[in-house]
Parts: sequence; C-alpha cells; structure tokens
Amino acid sequence: MNFEIILHAGIATGTILLFATIGELITERSGILNLGVEGMMLVGAMTGFSVSLSSGNPWLGVIMAMLAAGLLGLAHGVVTIHLQSDQVVSGLALTFLGTGLALVFGEGLTGKNPPLIPAWSVPGLAKIPFIGPVFFAQHNVLVYVGYLFIPLVWFFLYKTRPGMHLRAIGEKPEAADTLGVNVYRLRYINTFVGACLAGLAGATISLAVSPGWYSSQTTSGQGWIAIGLVIFAQWDPLRAALGSYLFGALRRGILDLQGPAVLLGFTNPLYINSNWGFFLKMAPYLLVILALVIGSRAAIKKHIGAPAALGVPYVRGERGL
Amino acid sequence: MNLPFEIRLEKRTEDVPRWMPALTALGGVIVAFLISAIILKITGGDPLRVGKFFWQATFGSWPTFSDTIVKATPLILVGLACSVAFKMKLWNIGAEGQFYIGAFFASLVVLVPIVPMDSPRWVILGSMIVMGIIGGALWGFIPGYLKAKFNVNEIITTLMLNYVAILWNNFWIFDKWSDAGFQMTPMFDKKAWLPRLADYARQYRAFSGITLHMGVVIGFAAAILVWSIFQRSRWGYEIKLIGDNPDAARYAGLNITRNIVLVMMFSGALAGLAGMSEISGVVHRLQERISPGYGFTGIIVAWLAKLNPFAVIFVSILFGALIVAGREIQPSGLAQLIQGIILFMVISSDVLLRYRIRLIRRKALTA
Repeated sequence: MNFEIILHAGIATGTILLFATIGELITERSGILNLGVEGMMLVGAMTGFSVSLSSGNPWLGVIMAMLAAGLLGLAHGVVTIHLQSDQVVSGLALTFLGTGLALVFGEGLTGKNPPLIPAWSVPGLAKIPFIGPVFFAQHNVLVYVGYLFIPLVWFFLYKTRPGMHLRAIGEKPEAADTLGVNVYRLRYINTFVGACLAGLAGATISLAVSPGWYSSQTTSGQGWIAIGLVIFAQWDPLRAALGSYLFGALRRGILDLQGPAVLLGFTNPLYINSNWGFFLKMAPYLLVILALVIGSRAAIKKHIGAPAALGVPYVRGERGL
Repeated sequence: MNLPFEIRLEKRTEDVPRWMPALTALGGVIVAFLISAIILKITGGDPLRVGKFFWQATFGSWPTFSDTIVKATPLILVGLACSVAFKMKLWNIGAEGQFYIGAFFASLVVLVPIVPMDSPRWVILGSMIVMGIIGGALWGFIPGYLKAKFNVNEIITTLMLNYVAILWNNFWIFDKWSDAGFQMTPMFDKKAWLPRLADYARQYRAFSGITLHMGVVIGFAAAILVWSIFQRSRWGYEIKLIGDNPDAARYAGLNITRNIVLVMMFSGALAGLAGMSEISGVVHRLQERISPGYGFTGIIVAWLAKLNPFAVIFVSILFGALIVAGREIQPSGLAQLIQGIILFMVISSDVLLRYRIRLIRRKALTA
C-alpha cells in the first residue's frame, strides 16, 4: 500500500466534496437551505458527461453541467424565495426531480467514453518530495481549480462588500434591506451560484475523478455528505475545505484497504472475507454523524452556529416577526 | 415585460375554505403530469401511449389493481411515519433505513429463529410484527436522541443512517444468511407469510392470482391509530403544539426533548412495520433492494396528503400506481421524475392557500 498514491487519490475525491460543500455553504450563508445537492450533482454529472460526449469538449461539458444544475437551483429559488414554501420540502423535491431528470436524460450513457478533463502537473512544485506527488502531480485540472477556489471564497466572504452583504442577508435580512441591499436578488444569485458549484462537483465525478455514468450510483450520497460537512464546518469555508479533503481521503482509503492480503504486518481480514467491507463502507456515513455531534457541542460552547435567518423566508414589510 | 395588468399577491386574512387544500393539491398533481408528458415528448417518447399503458398496468384489471394496492401498502405505513414526524416539524428523512432495519428485525424471528418454527402461525407473525416495530423504533431512536441531547440536525443523521442500514442488511444477506451464495436469505417458512387473497383461490376462484396481502389491513389500522392519536389524545395535541409553536409549548411546560425522542421512535416504528409487511407479505425473504425507495416516496406522500392519515391512504394508491407502472416504463427514471415534479407543484400551489392572486389593471395604477 503506497501512502502517496492513496492521499493523491483522496485529494481528487475530496475535490468533489469541496465544490459541493462550498456551494451549499454559500447558499446557506445567504439564508437559503438547499437540500437538493444530491439531485443537482447528479444532473451536473449527467449533463457534463453527455455534453462532453456529443461536443467532444470536456470543458463545455463542465460549463453546461454548472448551468443545468444552476437552473435547478433557480427553481428552488422561485419556490422558496418568492412562493415562500418550506425550504426543506422544496430541497427534497429538488433531489427527486434532479435524480429523475438525470436518470431519464442519462439513459444509454453508461459505458460511453467521452473526452475527459486532462491531467496536469504543476511545474516545479511537483518535484517537492511527498507534497509534490500528493498535491501537485498528475491531478486533473479541476483539483487545482479547487486549490485556488478556497482562498478566493474566503476572501470574497470576509473581505469584500458583496460578501458582507451575503452574510448579512443570511443573518438579518430586514437590517440588510434597510441599508439598501436587495435581499431577494442576492438570495437568487447565491442560490444559483451554490447550485452551479453542485453541478461542477457532479461534472468533477463523471469527467475527471471516477469517469463514467453509473446512474444514481454516480454520486452515491456525496451530496448529502456535503450538506453534513457544511454543518460540521460551522459555515466556515476553510473548515469546509479541510473537511472535504479529509472525507475524500477517507472514502478513497476505504476502497484501498480492501486490496492487500497483508495490512500493517497483519493478515487483512477484508482479504479473507470481503463482506466485512460492508462495515467499513459505513464509516463515512457514521463519521458524518460523529462530526455533527462534535460540531454541535462546539457550537453550543462557542455560541456560533447556523446563519440566523437560515430557512426563514424573507417577506418585505413583515420584519420583526 | 409590459403586461396590461399587474399580478399581485395579497396575504389572505381569512381562513381558506375546507375544500381548497385538496383542490390545489389535485391541481398540482395534474400540472405535474402535464409537465412530465412534455418532458417525455422531448426525450422522444409518446405521452399518450405511456399514459394508456400506465392506466392498464395499474387500474386496468383486478390483478393489476391488486398489484397497485400491494405497492401502496408500504407507502401507507411509511407515509404515516413521515406524517407523524412532520407534524412536529421533525424531518425524518430516514424512513428508508427504518424500513430496512424493521425488515431485518422481523427476519430475525425466522432466521435466528427467535420463536420455534413449529409454533402457531399467529405467534410467528405476531412476533415478526413486534420485531419490525422494535427495529424501526430503534433506528428512529438514534437520530431522535442525538437531536434531543446534542441538537444534531436530524435531516442529516436520518439520511446517513439510511446508508448504514442498507449496508448492514447487505452484510447479513451476503455473508451469514446467504442462500447458496446468492444475495438473499433462503425463502421463509410459509407460516411467516402474511395471508394473501391468492391463498384462498381454492375456495374462491376469483382470488386466484390476486397478490393482495394482510399488510394493507395493518396499514389501515395504523392510519386509524395515527388519526385517533392526533384527534383524540393529549399526546397528539402536544405534538401538534410543539410543531406549530415550540416557544408556546415550552412555556406551557411540555417536555420537548422527550417528545422529540418519542415521536422519532413512533415514526421509525411505523416505517419498520412497513419493512415487516413487505418482506412477510411480498418478498418472503430478506434480500437486496427490498425497497424501490419507499422511504423517500413516503415523504412526498405525507406532504401531498397534508399530513392527514386518511388522505395518506389515497395518495399512497396513486404513488403505488406510479411504482407499478414505473417498473415497466422506459426510461427508468421517469417515475422518480414525476414524483419530484408532483412534490414541486404541490408545494408551489400552497402559495394559493396563503395568498390570493389579484390582477390589477395598469391603467388604474397609473391614473
């Protein structure tokens, strides 16, 4: 078992969670809870795959994946922002809708081989021992996009005026409104952006990390893990990034544990009876729960937590309720 | 856009008429079917033919109608499970997992076996029902306890536990109880089967091939139980109060944390019962994919029924039909797509219950 190879793959897998988690984080920071990440990711994965197949250009696939998921996000926006429906139920509806759309339009895509996102090594950095091979060598380009993306989001959220507005409408929309911030428009924009990122996460799966279209198995619950990670990260983009890579490495590591006959000098029980692997596969899901328990306790202690207006529709002229 | 009139939403101050929620829900379903037909057309299908097939495969004859009811049976129980939790604004998205664990626990009765297999049929079936309830309640207890004790978001925990439950089930059917290497347990003894109408075909010829089983009776009984809890009991009133106004409930001295755990367990128990009914009434063994997503469809059922236990029965039949037809309709995701659109349309149409739509002429505005 080569540790470098496992971590390398873990970073790639983590990039999927990174995009989805940061996307959901942005949406939630604006006060909109979108539980449809899984559905949007599936639509993204299917659209990216399909467009790359028909156009021969994986990047066009990525862009269309983001747009398709973004449109779904806008549907959630209309229902929750203007029609003020329950955000939980609307998000669930989006999950069904996205999954259904992806399965219907993805019919017959399994087994096809579209052009994929190319791999690339960062000149110079890739030569650093250990760090180079893990982080900077032979990754698909989207992984590097992910690296650049983290500080950008952090800077945007905490150091720019639009970022401050975004946080404000998630905490106290009526106050932001009195200062001339267009709450509705900003919430639409951020729901759209978050959804686009979920689509990007989907395309990252189908066009780069584990290429292919395996109907609903393509995402296998990663959208839901992303939503859990947002809570675990306490709505902080840096913690979200860290969590994403950790979980990515974990998901990957679990696959790799099942291979070798000898593990750390002991006979690998998984090699003798692969059915024990079912318990191992539970680990990511159980760890999300554990992370939430730890996160919730920390939140109570430090008096931090969800954006105050998360999940609450904003109605002009009904402030103070 | 320069329309000659302006569309304005005005908040309703009066209560909506009683027929209105049912009407908007129905309207939502109809619009959803129209949209699905358009999507089908885009993907190159023939909506009319599919629609005709849909009708024949679901309500067309007695045997197919019986299939529809058989598929509706777990939906009734799971829909009730979701209704109970949603009444308290507890988002139990884990009915799928509770269904699997309920099925697993019920199977233990036969596979361990917990009661000797030569006991009377009612003892075996009775213990399976009890075990199914215990299993589901246990799987509901975990997220309920975490929510009550640590304020952990129950949406995520219930969802994660779905995956855990399915993997747990898989271990046992792939490993310990695998039937000659197949991914299923051996067939249960006939005594562990819920009675079916087809079993009485010898006495009544009309019943031959009718797969309808006793589970539907369990479903109806559960609906009556849930209805009476909410309409007639103090506990039901507490749940509704906590759901509508947690602050008021807290001031009134209601124990919210205890009710969170209890309601999650009750909800889980109903879902577990659905799992029991499915393996004992239909599958007759524990295997992979005993549920085509009943737990998730139950969420839509509960919402569409406006959390009314009797409406759950009718909505379940509609969705049971969708599942029956969906098995054979291509492309395979169509049933799921229609479900999603229905839910979307129904929650959107709810706006009509809170607002009235006014068309105001622009001329009048500018003048």
